[in-house]
Amino acid sequence: MTKSSAKNIFIGGTVVFTVILLILTYNSLSSPTLQKRTHPENITEQVRWGKKVWEKHACIDCHSLLGEGAYYAPELGNVIKRRGEDVVRTILQTAAVQGWGTIRRMPQFDLSEKDIDGLVEFFRWMGEIDTNNWPPNIEG
Amino acid sequence: MQYQSQRVAYPYFIAALLLFAGQVLFGMIIGAQYIWPDFLFPAVPFNIARMIHINLLLVWIIFGFMGAAYYLVPEEVEGEVYSTKLALVHFWLFLAGGVIAVVGYLFRIHDGREFLEQPDSVKVAIVIVVLLFLFNILMTMLKGRKRTSISIVLFGGFVGLAVFYLFAFFKPANMVVDKFFWWWVVHMWVEGVWELIMAAFLSFLLIKLTGIDREVAEKWLYIIIGFTMFTGLIGTGHHYYWIGTPAFWQTWGAYFSAFEVAPFVAMVAFAFKMVAKKSREPENRAAVLWTVGTAVVSFLGAGIWGFMHTLPQINYYTHGTQITASHGHLAFFGAYAMIVLAMASYAVPKMRNMQPGTQKAEMLSFWIMVISMMFIALSLTGAGIVQVYLQRVLAMPYMEAQGYIKLFYGLRLFFGGTFSIGLLVYLYHFFTPSKSGTAF
Ligand code: HEC
Ligand code: HEM
Ligand code: HEM
Ligand SMILES: [Fe+2]
Repeated sequence: MTKSSAKNIFIGGTVVFTVILLILTYNSLSSPTLQKRTHPENITEQVRWGKKVWEKHACIDCHSLLGEGAYYAPELGNVIKRRGEDVVRTILQTAAVQGWGTIRRMPQFDLSEKDIDGLVEFFRWMGEIDTNNWPPNIEG
Repeated sequence: MQYQSQRVAYPYFIAALLLFAGQVLFGMIIGAQYIWPDFLFPAVPFNIARMIHINLLLVWIIFGFMGAAYYLVPEEVEGEVYSTKLALVHFWLFLAGGVIAVVGYLFRIHDGREFLEQPDSVKVAIVIVVLLFLFNILMTMLKGRKRTSISIVLFGGFVGLAVFYLFAFFKPANMVVDKFFWWWVVHMWVEGVWELIMAAFLSFLLIKLTGIDREVAEKWLYIIIGFTMFTGLIGTGHHYYWIGTPAFWQTWGAYFSAFEVAPFVAMVAFAFKMVAKKSREPENRAAVLWTVGTAVVSFLGAGIWGFMHTLPQINYYTHGTQITASHGHLAFFGAYAMIVLAMASYAVPKMRNMQPGTQKAEMLSFWIMVISMMFIALSLTGAGIVQVYLQRVLAMPYMEAQGYIKLFYGLRLFFGGTFSIGLLVYLYHFFTPSKSGTAF
């Protein structure tokens, strides 16, 4: 192979695989697919607010969410199913006033009622996403 | 050094190394918090220290890339840097942006997505810095006498770095869509356009160090980056198995990402073959060590450790565990930290107008850091295996399972300590050049 044929293969291949990637991307994010897998109609104002609170405190740099993020604290994509809404609420309330946790602790975030409602709704919506059956069990 | 303006790369390498030291310091802090959770808590909680650890990583690597490019491009295209003043302006802008961001993190001023925690204002500053840099490099290339494949591929890699960073501004309310495009920054960088940058540096180093024929080296370069693009673009699918995206990604992602090892195999073959065929004895042996080393360790970290968990049948169990952290460390260090250190090793003595000298300390630091990082990765692999078994197979609660992994976290911290010693040896050697090298 010469240098210029290697170069042409590189360019041609990159174009072809970019096009395939864009087609797959379109298929993944077209409305019917998103509708079916993520229920965007359930993204209420509260869910939006919950996502904002989630980002404001960088929860992702301790926890994972659908397996992405940090590995220092439990997975939270399915936390409502694991702990139930009431327990999650209690955890977030105690975290708001004194920090929360056994050995590894979660900082105190001064969460308001609105923040906590938002986070709970956000977790509830996350829990309904079709993740192809991940995680393997409820412990995340 | 053939062109006076290449020296503008010097402050870039210095900034990169100092920020590298900061990165490792914060790595040690979070490594310690895994064992003593109350360490520095709540003043510097884990999430804040972690975002500093990984943001300093990105910033120092990009400093290294830019410095290396300012050294490389003039020599490749045969012409001075278009504007050294501009290069210094965006150097300080970038450094200020980076330092302000990190100090801001300590005061809880940050965004909320991993690796992209920079507030929007800092993100905009980064875009401006990269645009100034791209402009300066492009003008240097246009005004130069030659246009080599290495310089063009390098430039293409940087354009890709800038373009994919733009997805960092896209924050849709639907978390699934958010995650989808988050990977267009993170995956497209490390398994796409950054590999172009790495392969260009590798080709440059091998030509300079071994005296091999440019035509041959540049053919290899196109083959390597061809493999990168053919596998890495659709290989993004290995992140779309379980985040709410369609199941067809399990097929596409698996087949394509399984072959993502190919560019790393090619880089190893390239490096060994060229060094074996060398037409002269290299005078800078440390640079050869780093160059061959980066090919080998990136093959291990990205190629082997990446392959280990890239098939959906395995990733189903390992996704988001210490296995991921293990791979992330060895891959980032082997590929991007080491290629920057290889370029520094080659370019810095030249910018100082010095013979490389004995380089004993530098080569010692190479071995300490590489072996320590191997053991950090192995400790985390051990941690990951136990975690997967207890938590994913036996369904033990997360915090309970963590209790059984302490030993491995202790080992990780221990080897983090030896890594830090290696880094100190490196820095000592770097900042006291008169002790080992001699001036021309
Ligand atoms: C400094 C790290 C840290 C940060 C930041 C953090 N957490 Fe936590 N979180 C923890 C730890 C550690 C635990 C587990 C404590 C235990 O079980 O003893 C935990 C537990 C939880 C739990 C209970 C999970 C379960 O299955 O028991 C929820 C819910 C939670 N965190 C929500 C959040 C939210 C929401 C945020 C952001 C506003 C957040 N966390 C930020 C460390 C953190
Ligand atoms: C030498 C001492 C080091 C220690 C003790 C250390 C420790 C850590 C810890 C505790 C985490 C957080 C993992 C988690 O979320 O649970 C982390 C993340 C990370 N570190 Fe380090 N680190 C060190 C050096 C490095 C180096 C040299 C690099 C790269 C060159 C690096 C790259 C990363 C990356 C990429 C992540 C994010 C990983 C992921 O999200 O999977 N670290 N590190
Ligand atoms: C130099 C190149 C590479 C670097 C720097 C790198 C780095 C990383 C990092 C930091 C993560 C964690 C991201 C997060 O925080 O969630 C990650 C995840 C991952 N990487 Fe790589 N990687 C590289 C190459 C590869 C290759 C070649 C493969 C496959 C063959 C691969 C497979 C994976 C997989 C499957 C994950 C997801 C892990 C999970 O499910 O939790 N990587 N990589
Ligand atoms: Fe990837």
